[in-house]
Amino acid sequence: MSAEPTVETGQETPILEVRDLVKHYPVRRGAFGRGAGVVRAVDGVSFRIPRGRTVGLVGESGSGKSTTARLANRLVEPTSGQVLFDGADLLATRGRELKALRSRMQMVFQDPYGSLNPRMTVFDIVGEPLEVHGVSRGRARTARVTELLETVGLSGRDLYRFPHQFSGGQAQRIGIARALATNPDVIFCDESVSALDVSVQAQILNLLKRLQRELGLSYLFIAHDLNVVRYMADELCVMYMGEIVERGDSDAVFADPRHPYTQLLLAAIPGHDPATAKAKDRAVARGEVPSPSAPPSGCRFHTRCPFAFERCTAEAPRLRTSPATGRAAACHLLDDTSEGGPS
Amino acid sequence: MSSDVSTGARHDGQASPEPPDRPAAAPPARRRSLAEWRAGFTRFLRTEPLGAVSLVLIALVVLVAVFAPLVAPHDPLLQNRTRITEGPSAQFLLGTDDLGRDVLSRLIYGARSSMLIAVLTTAISLVLGTVFGVVSGYLGRTRDLLIQRVMDTIQSVPPLVLLLFMAVVLTPSIHGTIIALVIVITPSFNRVARAETLRIKEEPYIEAARATGAGALRIMTRHVLPNMMAPLLTMASLLFAGVIIAESALSFLGIGTPPPTPSWGLMLSEGVRYVEMAPWMVIAPGVVLSLAVFAFNLLGDALRDFLDPRLHR
Repeated sequence: MSAEPTVETGQETPILEVRDLVKHYPVRRGAFGRGAGVVRAVDGVSFRIPRGRTVGLVGESGSGKSTTARLANRLVEPTSGQVLFDGADLLATRGRELKALRSRMQMVFQDPYGSLNPRMTVFDIVGEPLEVHGVSRGRARTARVTELLETVGLSGRDLYRFPHQFSGGQAQRIGIARALATNPDVIFCDESVSALDVSVQAQILNLLKRLQRELGLSYLFIAHDLNVVRYMADELCVMYMGEIVERGDSDAVFADPRHPYTQLLLAAIPGHDPATAKAKDRAVARGEVPSPSAPPSGCRFHTRCPFAFERCTAEAPRLRTSPATGRAAACHLLDDTSEGGPS
Repeated sequence: MSSDVSTGARHDGQASPEPPDRPAAAPPARRRSLAEWRAGFTRFLRTEPLGAVSLVLIALVVLVAVFAPLVAPHDPLLQNRTRITEGPSAQFLLGTDDLGRDVLSRLIYGARSSMLIAVLTTAISLVLGTVFGVVSGYLGRTRDLLIQRVMDTIQSVPPLVLLLFMAVVLTPSIHGTIIALVIVITPSFNRVARAETLRIKEEPYIEAARATGAGALRIMTRHVLPNMMAPLLTMASLLFAGVIIAESALSFLGIGTPPPTPSWGLMLSEGVRYVEMAPWMVIAPGVVLSLAVFAFNLLGDALRDFLDPRLHR
């Protein structure tokens, strides 16, 4: 377990591995859809989620975090790439097998109310995965749903109530109970706490941590709130314009961000953390995110990077993994010296 | 944010697990057994008084229609040439028409064909239009294209012309009228259902259902359909009135319910010609028709509210 996740350990297959995932959305212009371009929502993303661990995915809006999660559980069909779920090629499976794999990967969404059908009772909502996958029926299902509700801090009295009768935090607990119903191995948390009050956020985060401990879950945890990710994630992937620009052990990345974009992100955290204050001295944010349908040449970050030089506009940097630390970053400044970021 | 939070629900946000402002023991809303159906019906009567009133009215019309031979004082087809266009009297409570037939009896028998046509047409169009609309909207692509072009074709022809054509092809009869009206009305339901499907399709709970592994059929029936009941029911209660009027137009043109079989629409259109000398010939079917339409509109509204768990309770 202590092995660095980004390094080939060779022993244990990760529960989920994603290789070179790409999703391009065609953009149609004109009456007949000609002169089309593409939006590169996700452009060559690779990562792995070791069993029982949490991989955090951060980046600003539109960086492709949510799309990445949806590609990984095949809610959206990737343009190309590979998804290995427990060693099985997810994109090659169909029908029954795909459904069986689906039951092992569930999702908790951002909008606690929106992700619950307002016309269904809690019993129907949480029981739906059981019904879909034919896990249990009748009294056994009622018992299982009650058990799930108790696991997430609700009770059997809530069985026949409707979503609107709950608070935001409780609604999110219902969403979590639904995700747990089929005993999944991986749960994708897409901004699962960002719509909640801070105090409720903490409760939900602790609930997720407890569930991870008790059930051995793995999480892909997506958030734009870096403090939340820092609390949850063992490993961190930083995304910018559909690409992972930095990846590594969460604590290490927070303590010593390598990529200029990560430095900018960390500098943007409000608070009194000394690490943040340091980051603030290093870099200043400027500019807007370029259009993903016309990404900049070379390094996609060069238009906003305070350290950009000629090579950055010409050549796209590769995500290079340092064998010593297992950390990876895609920046030309890091090419010469394998240790230490740009300064 | 450090310690365990197993008791978290107690502190969640605004509402405690048992909100004091509403009864904690909300009755189970699953539709499973006969007993639950009955409980649901009782609850409907309790929470929707206007709905209850409309149900009584509709039940009355249906009962009268079913037991027409027992209720009607006269033979609706019997002509009495000596007593034409007589005003209301003890013998003819609502007067007689231009052929000396009893208006009340014709009204009672007319309920049969009018209700049959209106209810069946609305129900069949509602089902067909909704199925096509949901399939079209949810599955999209070729199916959407095909279904919508067929609907476009139907809607591109003026309804009356289409009805005329259908009625001529199908020969005047009640089931011919129903088929013709269904064809004319289905596209309206289809459009509403499709538009609603396109809206609902983007709701997060649809994606959530897909993520749990639910298939298209399940999502369409369990998630999309229940969430578009409100506009569909409103549409149905509006079109119900339209159907009765359309049926009268067809009868007026002599291609709807074949005379002498009475129908409310037919009575209306016949009565218009005698409105100056025998106004009861128009007023009687007019009032009954309005009441029936009103009752169905009320029922539609009541059902819509009743089926929405976010309202009341």
